Amino acid sequence: MTGSTVRLSDLPKGALAVVDRVDDAHADDPIAQRLRDLGFVDGEAVRVAAVAPMGGDPLLIQIGYTRFALRRAEAARVSVRSEAVA
Amino acid sequence: MSADALRIALVGNPNCGKTALFNLLTGGRQKVANYAGVTIERKEGRFTAPSGRVLQILDLPGAYSFDAVSPDEQITRDVLEGNYPGEAPPDLIVCVADATNLRLHLRFLLEVRRLGRPVVLALNMMDAARRRGIAIDVAELSRRLGLPVVETVAVKRGGARALVERVDGELPLPAPAQADDAASRADLHSQVRELLAATVSMPRATSKLDDALDRWALHPVFGLAILAGVMFLVFQAVYAAGKPMSDLIGDGFGWLGGHVAALMPAGPLQSLVVDGIFGGLGTVLGFLPVILVLFFFILMLEESGYLPRAAFMLDRLMLSVGLTGRSFIPLLSSFACAIPGIMGTRSIQDPRDRLATILVAPLMTCSARLPVYALLIAAFIPAHRVFDLFNLQGLVLFALYLAGILGAMAVAWVMKHLHRDRSEHALLMELPAYRLPKLRDVAIGLYERGAIFLKRLTGVILALTVLMWFLSTFPGAPAGATLPAIDYSFAGYIGRGLAHVFGPIGFNWQMSLALIPAFAARETAVAALATVYMVGGDVAGGGLAHALASQISLPSALSLLVWFAYAPQCMSTLAIIKRETASWRNVAISFGYMFVMAYVASLLTYQIASALT
Repeated sequence: MTGSTVRLSDLPKGALAVVDRVDDAHADDPIAQRLRDLGFVDGEAVRVAAVAPMGGDPLLIQIGYTRFALRRAEAARVSVRSEAVA
Repeated sequence: MSADALRIALVGNPNCGKTALFNLLTGGRQKVANYAGVTIERKEGRFTAPSGRVLQILDLPGAYSFDAVSPDEQITRDVLEGNYPGEAPPDLIVCVADATNLRLHLRFLLEVRRLGRPVVLALNMMDAARRRGIAIDVAELSRRLGLPVVETVAVKRGGARALVERVDGELPLPAPAQADDAASRADLHSQVRELLAATVSMPRATSKLDDALDRWALHPVFGLAILAGVMFLVFQAVYAAGKPMSDLIGDGFGWLGGHVAALMPAGPLQSLVVDGIFGGLGTVLGFLPVILVLFFFILMLEESGYLPRAAFMLDRLMLSVGLTGRSFIPLLSSFACAIPGIMGTRSIQDPRDRLATILVAPLMTCSARLPVYALLIAAFIPAHRVFDLFNLQGLVLFALYLAGILGAMAVAWVMKHLHRDRSEHALLMELPAYRLPKLRDVAIGLYERGAIFLKRLTGVILALTVLMWFLSTFPGAPAGATLPAIDYSFAGYIGRGLAHVFGPIGFNWQMSLALIPAFAARETAVAALATVYMVGGDVAGGGLAHALASQISLPSALSLLVWFAYAPQCMSTLAIIKRETASWRNVAISFGYMFVMAYVASLLTYQIASALT
């Protein structure tokens, strides 16, 4: 469980990973709180389903049964473990 | 049987089908579409249950969490917590959940349950869930949640029968109220995980078809090509399909007007009916098919779930000019009319992004401008084929829409640099599953738009047209007059006065005069031109387009087209900007910048076109 983590924004297209945590970019970060509310919590599987044209921003993240468009700055708040976890 | 209506609130995540359910229950015709944030206000309806009890249904904007981040989510939270001004908390909360997307939707249910009020869970879209092989143990889910669970299919007749039976019965017991804090909120996800593990089996997390479609629709190269192709096709279709029908209606009214004229004695009344009503209104009515074709395509795009994909692809571009991908849908609605577009900005969380979107929304060419474009294009642009494939008239129409879009981007970019705001704005947008558009929803949407158009036509446009006829007819020419009678009328004087202002951009007095009623309703510019030229006796056999071509030079016509691409919005739009931003300053900014922009753009167009011809 304590394996190395990377930012969700650094994953390539098609990569699978498991959420470790969401970090606040600053105190009382509403974007980080919303990410947690939307299900970016420890143990949740995510996949980079697509990247947008023109610079690869935003990303399309599949989490659970839902697809969310996240900008890279938003995805950078999410730390993921890239090792395969059942 | 109770005298008081039972008050029921429909809540849930965005795009789970609350409004579809509301329409099914109450026979309402509220707008539904396939993207998050269609409903932005609380809507009320009532119906009588089989027991004879009256049920009052409240449809609320979708919310992901009680930690509201946008004005529409705030409404939902306030109503549920009993903090909405002038409204008691509901007797029963029906939490609607998309059965194909339960993880997030159940989390919101758990938040709602903590309010300590009676709750019923409606598992909606059960048909789609079954198609994807999703099995839900409803009895077990109900037992674990400690509240009644019913299955619904909001898009099918009778799809809410189980829900009606349940809410018509005894009120379920509420769960004990719990405080809402960060620690307990973090715990909700693990509760959902347990619930899902115990009650739901799902063959795969996503629909195979959606994944396949998205591989093309969101492809970095093909995705953009598809988007450009779709947009282009819409404008070509507006011309190819709408125009012949418009011509038919226009000819029909001309013929009818001619026959009515023959039956009536000559005089002011005949002139009012023939020139004002048949000439003015008939011309505007002729554009109904064009507008309906445009709406057909907008509705199909809305229903299919493609719009949020387009927003996803364009987010970077929008961000670079100081907007957000979330602005895309309100801006696209503004092609219908800026008013719903501006109201739709309530789903934009960031106040600055929201204001920027409100200020540029009127630059999107609304459907009221379509008649003006269509008339002038028909009169001045030859119907050539370009590369044997595209209609030149369709291309010009596309260019005018593009001019509005580019103008909006430029304005947003300038605003971004004036503000020097470097704070971060979130996108965080859900992409819904694709859906085949429902014929019934598209039909309702078209009917509603057609009804709005006809209401405007018989209301404000009719009144203005009669006024224009009056101004053009009275006072009559004095004895021994050498000029046409209309030159001595009120219209002649007002128009010539305005022409001092608009002369430099190539408008003659008739065109300048038509700008006044256009400020109340854009379509009236067409009716006003028709009335003024008909009273002036300049419209002979060939119809209005023919008359215009003989009276107005090409540079003037191009200048008028450009004017309408940027011209200050109509009065209703200004009123809605005041309401949504609660600031006269924003109204003044909005009106002022568009006037200057339109004047400068028209001036350039006229001067350059005059130099070239």
